[in-house]
Amino acid sequence: MRDVAIIGVGCTNFGEMWERSFRDLFVEAGLNALEDANARGEDIDALYVGNMSAGKFIDQEHIGALIADYAGLASLHIPSTRVEAACASGGLALREGVLAVASGLHDIVIAAGVEKMTDVETGVTIDALASAADREWEGFMGATFPGLYAMIARLHMHKYGTTREQLAMVAVKNHHNATMNPKAQYKREITIEDVMNSPLVADPLRVYDCSPITDGAAAVVLAPVALARKLNDTPIYVRASAQASDTITLHDRRDITTLDATVHAAQRAYKMAGISPKDIDVAEVHDCFTIAEICAIEDLGFVQKGSGGPATEEGMTALDGDIPINPSGGLKACGHPVGATGIKQAIEIVQQLRCEAGKRQVSGAKIGLTHNVGGTGGTAVVHILSINR
Amino acid sequence: MAVPRLWRRIPTRYNLIGTECQTCRGLYFPPRTTCPMCRRDGRIVERKFKGTGKVITYTTIYSASAAFHRQTPYVLAIVKLDEGPQLTGQIVCDPDEAKIGMKVRPVFRKLGEDGPEGVIYYGTKFVPAAEVS
Repeated sequence: MRDVAIIGVGCTNFGEMWERSFRDLFVEAGLNALEDANARGEDIDALYVGNMSAGKFIDQEHIGALIADYAGLASLHIPSTRVEAACASGGLALREGVLAVASGLHDIVIAAGVEKMTDVETGVTIDALASAADREWEGFMGATFPGLYAMIARLHMHKYGTTREQLAMVAVKNHHNATMNPKAQYKREITIEDVMNSPLVADPLRVYDCSPITDGAAAVVLAPVALARKLNDTPIYVRASAQASDTITLHDRRDITTLDATVHAAQRAYKMAGISPKDIDVAEVHDCFTIAEICAIEDLGFVQKGSGGPATEEGMTALDGDIPINPSGGLKACGHPVGATGIKQAIEIVQQLRCEAGKRQVSGAKIGLTHNVGGTGGTAVVHILSINR
Repeated sequence: MAVPRLWRRIPTRYNLIGTECQTCRGLYFPPRTTCPMCRRDGRIVERKFKGTGKVITYTTIYSASAAFHRQTPYVLAIVKLDEGPQLTGQIVCDPDEAKIGMKVRPVFRKLGEDGPEGVIYYGTKFVPAAEVS
């Protein structure tokens, strides 16, 4: 297997973009990534795109061909593949791209993600997102996605004493980080009171505990290390790419407050990179809900199980903390165009490692981690990126 | 939703019929055709569950998809059946009444409908065990 590097990144603004279509978004991200990589369309050997639910959101399948076509690549006839693992589709696309380059089959590969979520009514969006859970034995019973995470939150609070305020602190921190991210959907500060006074979605989770409905696209360009150094002065090395699965239903898990898929993907990633959690300088984790960030920092091994709430309250996960989490603003405040999220996480880490993150720069970051979850933990994808090979 | 998808699971949804693996004695609801522990060595037979159990965790849903919008707010829980398997279902009770560890029993209820002219589907919900329905 060959070592792989990220040599270019591109991302649209995240938000409600009624004037932009699915294909507009994808093309913008892809072209920006190619420009950043000093590569041209003719250089691309393959394309992988993460997309959760274009079938429901824009009534369009066959996304691989569509994006290759509108990116101007139809005449080159390159393989273009859509991959799907609900909200982990982007992370999975990155992993597929990394495997394609590592295997030696392809040299320059684009790994991208895109989701256009605001072309349908909110009720349709809620229902589409619920399809990440088990439709027959969760959805048909009235489970919503926030509802499932609310049940994780309730049990986490019951078992470990995590407080409602600690959940709110995740949202407050991530909104603060997003104020420094020009691409973010919500570039404004919120307070704990704002969270506590926002409407209930699924008790104990409120509107400000939830990631928003977002349009957006993101793309990275991958290359084998030897080629990467020719094209780019600051290639970022992919030190680990790991994926794990678990039961699709929340109720069948070994422990409802632990995402075992995260635990296993992380353990594999740390082993592959030859490092431990304490070596990570910065991480983008899957905070689709505030409780999800608390579970993530525990399950990734940054803090002990059950202590994610106090760790957040003590500022450990803030930009200047021991392990800065979600400097981009996370899914919560940067936005969560589901298929694009896993790629955007990698872009944020690339920018952090290149010292291009502006006001939200984590000083001295050399090794970063991304953590992308599908559903309530049926899939988890973890990547470790580094400025050193 | 087309009728066959609901119809084929009527015994399971109405009567809580799951499966038992006679190799490892593992109990599963909903039914599985392959035992997750024994896989091809498993011997799967039908198994009816009593439906009594306790609440592991719960939420009150205030914002639901279009199909459940009219039922909000409603209590949704993960219930651990007395025999062992866990499932997701609604608890017919006041949101303030729901508690972790609360004992529940099953009731046959309408779960939803597919628009004004579509199929009405039924299944199992739960009530606090002390309540008489």
